Amino acid sequence: MKQTLFGYIFAFSKRQQIILVILTFAAFPFIYLQAELPKMIVNGAINGKPSNFPIEFNGFEFEHVEYLFTLCGLFLTLVFINGGMKYMLNVMKGRLGERMLRRLRYILYERILRFPLPHFRRVSQGEIIPMITQEVEPLGGFFGDSIATPLYQGGILITLLVFILMQDPLLGLAAVALFPLQGALIPGLQKKVNLLAKERVRNVRLMADHLGESIGGISEIHTNDGSQYQLSRFAGRLGIIYEIRYEIFRRKFFIKFFNNFLAQFTPFIFYSLGGYLAIKGDLSVGALIAVISAHKDMNAPWKELLAYYQQREDARIKYDTVIQQFDPPGMLDEAIQTGDGTPPTPFSPDSVISFRNTGLADDDGTVYLQSISASFAMSERVAFIGPSGGGKEEIAALLVRLAVPTSGRVHIGNDDVAQIPETRLGRRIGYVSAQPYLFANSLRENLLMALRYRPSADVDESRRAWILEAETAGNSVYDPTGNWIDYEAVGLEESEDALNARIRQVLQQAQLADDIYEFGLRGRINPDDQPELAKRLLSARTALREHIEATGETGLVEPFDPDHYNLNASVAENLLFGTPVGNTFDLEHLGEHPYVLETLDRVGLTDEFVQIGRQVAETMVELFADIDPGHELMEQFSFIAAEDLPEFQALLGRLDRGGPAGGTISAEDRGQLLSLPFRLIPARHRLGLIDDQLQLRMLEARRSFAEHLPEELKDAVAFFDADRYNAASSIQDNILFGKIAFGRSQSATQVRTLVGELINKLNLRDAVLDIGLQYQVGVAGGRLSAVQRQKAAFARALIKQPDLLVINQAFSVFDEASRTAVFDGVVNGATNMGIVAVLDHPEQASAMDRVFTVDNGRIEDESVGGAVAAEAAE
Amino acid sequence: MSLTEEVEVLRRLPLFHRIEPRRLKLLAFTSERTTFKPGDVVMQQGDPGDSAYIVLAGEADVYVSTPSGELKVATLGVNDIIGEIAILIDIPRTATVRAVGELTTLQISKDHFFRLMTEVPEMGIEVMKELARRLERTTADLREARAAAA
Repeated sequence: MKQTLFGYIFAFSKRQQIILVILTFAAFPFIYLQAELPKMIVNGAINGKPSNFPIEFNGFEFEHVEYLFTLCGLFLTLVFINGGMKYMLNVMKGRLGERMLRRLRYILYERILRFPLPHFRRVSQGEIIPMITQEVEPLGGFFGDSIATPLYQGGILITLLVFILMQDPLLGLAAVALFPLQGALIPGLQKKVNLLAKERVRNVRLMADHLGESIGGISEIHTNDGSQYQLSRFAGRLGIIYEIRYEIFRRKFFIKFFNNFLAQFTPFIFYSLGGYLAIKGDLSVGALIAVISAHKDMNAPWKELLAYYQQREDARIKYDTVIQQFDPPGMLDEAIQTGDGTPPTPFSPDSVISFRNTGLADDDGTVYLQSISASFAMSERVAFIGPSGGGKEEIAALLVRLAVPTSGRVHIGNDDVAQIPETRLGRRIGYVSAQPYLFANSLRENLLMALRYRPSADVDESRRAWILEAETAGNSVYDPTGNWIDYEAVGLEESEDALNARIRQVLQQAQLADDIYEFGLRGRINPDDQPELAKRLLSARTALREHIEATGETGLVEPFDPDHYNLNASVAENLLFGTPVGNTFDLEHLGEHPYVLETLDRVGLTDEFVQIGRQVAETMVELFADIDPGHELMEQFSFIAAEDLPEFQALLGRLDRGGPAGGTISAEDRGQLLSLPFRLIPARHRLGLIDDQLQLRMLEARRSFAEHLPEELKDAVAFFDADRYNAASSIQDNILFGKIAFGRSQSATQVRTLVGELINKLNLRDAVLDIGLQYQVGVAGGRLSAVQRQKAAFARALIKQPDLLVINQAFSVFDEASRTAVFDGVVNGATNMGIVAVLDHPEQASAMDRVFTVDNGRIEDESVGGAVAAEAAE
Repeated sequence: MSLTEEVEVLRRLPLFHRIEPRRLKLLAFTSERTTFKPGDVVMQQGDPGDSAYIVLAGEADVYVSTPSGELKVATLGVNDIIGEIAILIDIPRTATVRAVGELTTLQISKDHFFRLMTEVPEMGIEVMKELARRLERTTADLREARAAAA
């Protein structure tokens, strides 16, 4: 990596910079001509004496008016040429800047991936992220201007200076007399600004760091009443940044002021000294005026140069302060990640894994492992046990090079682990740690990341230009949208089916299949994309219905029937008779939607709803009026939130005074009452408020709701249809197509079992699993439980069928039953790979061929077979 | 059968008959109507108990396991309460209960019952009085039995 900004600019854009300079200077004559032409037009053409015509111009003779239009035409042409050249230059500069910025960011990211791992304990995300995202951003605007601008402005300045000197050497010298002073003083002033700018960068990073920590440690802040201290610390940080920034712009403006003063001081000399000489007759007035106007012209490029200088200093500091952070000692060699393009040789099961006087210590002297020696065959199942912190964890880390020995070596076969490229280590060895990380993507993508090494060679033609551009900016030439799954490397034939079979196999081994199946049941599909599957799920719906009828279990599920009121569904669900899409018809707030109210009006149910609402309110007030507002019973059962109860009490009081008719109820009160009946589920609440008569009228409302639904609301609900797959409902709901009955003992469990049996019978389980794999795991896998994340990590390590599986305390998160199940699935199921497991529970070691006990950074004991477990059991 | 009728059933039970109707209404509202098919197990002897059941319709047989196998000891009908001890203390079920025909019950869960008692102390007091009356009866029975034996 280039240590200086200009080193970087020259290394990666020399040719483009030269072209820019040439083009800049090529524009000179045209600019000059365009500046000269107006004078010719005014003096020669407009004010020209008729006697001068016809006039000869460039070898042609012109009449007066002809001459004027010719010059004006020329002027217009020059305007186009100059504008066009400027446009072209700006585009070139912009493109150059963007490519250079892209390259810089890529280099920085690429270096992060090669940072020595202990370095990540010292740098925080909060500092690194803004460096790549924001801090380098302004450099993009500078790269294009870095060479051409100073040359261009400098050139103009020198030209003008020569012009003045030729007019009058003395005045010329006077005009530049203050330049050396400016040249000497301004960098000195700028230097202080630079130091402050560095300080500012450092403090902004600390602020970013503070922000990152606050988000990461938000629970600790809440549980320790830490908000005020954190706010105060943050304010302190902002205060420091404020002071630095204030100081910076104060100084920047001072430089500006100082420069302006000097720029105006020169004319003062011209007027006084030049004027004196003119009066004395030593200088012609015409020459003086020419010099003054030349100086005036000179001021513009001089200002530009100064601005450039400040921008350059700014860019230089940004570059320096960023680059320093990306050059820690001990970076991984690039070749270790790129490999040589050939598929890696698998590790032979006969190869011997050996630790040879391997020691591991921190830079601050903490010793994790003291010169250990051990060897075993890769085909053996090896366990490392011992107290936590005794050094066993580090042994696993050394095997996969997450730690590098500070003394001695680790060998697999004849290869030093430190030298094995990642192409081999990362593909042929699987590693599962106790804190697995999942990426914010679907579960399937998280598993497949273990199979994505390089894209296949055949590149999509439409992506060629895109890749070429990436190459121009020195970026990766691999197409991210290409086919990255390496079937061959993991022993699969190249087909989606084979891959899915492998995924299901490892899910089974990692005991994750049942969880994924549950996700699948709750998942959704788009029947337009998967018509075949939708059809099969519909047949499951029919099969379930037939099964229930055949076994006489009709009470278990109450199906959705357009001609029947569903007693196990709420009033809202009965009215909507579909699944809401988006929040428009949110079932919780259905009674507030204008169209719903309009529907009630249309079928004349509004008054009835108000009356039912009143009865619901009365019951709720009766039941909960003197129950403690925060009480669980209330939160769980009341239709009216605790804080709204007094309001309803008052409302009912008003109604009682106004008589039972309800005709006098205010619009607001009606609205309040109207919303209550929507949550009633007759089978559950047994309030006896929805009688047969009302049920019939609700069916009418249901029909009316669908019939009159305005066009713009059509997408907000997916109606139930016994013959169509409902894209808005989950797979399970699509199969059930009804509500599980309340008040049937064990109905939910029975239905689950029934659905499960049916899915197996119809061979739908694999399809449900595939849908479950689309489950989005959330940031860092946060939507999965810790146990599920750990299981997913096992599945991810197994999917590539490594030659060696290294397990680092990855069973600790499980309870005893699932620990045994996962251990059996993973360790006993993985017959074709070596296993090295760091275990917390010695009894698990009984299944292992060789067991090392590690403590105090030393191997304290080595035993063969289940001896250790037998001891533990005693 | 609606909530109001369930309240009537609850009121007829000795454990609840002195409790204000509106409290019973809350108890009924927070309880679930549960139906069992013929032969369904309502509770299994030895299992931890978490609910009591009040028979609203149908019949249930009560069995105790003895060394010589299961023994039917009683048949319960409408308005009988099954497993009431379970909503007062944590002890395993002392008998197995099975539905004879279609059985409809009101299932009172221990959690809800306890929450209700903490919220409505006078309800707790009424239950306590009823338990004391039972204890008094049992003690009297015991006295008589001892006297008879002596």
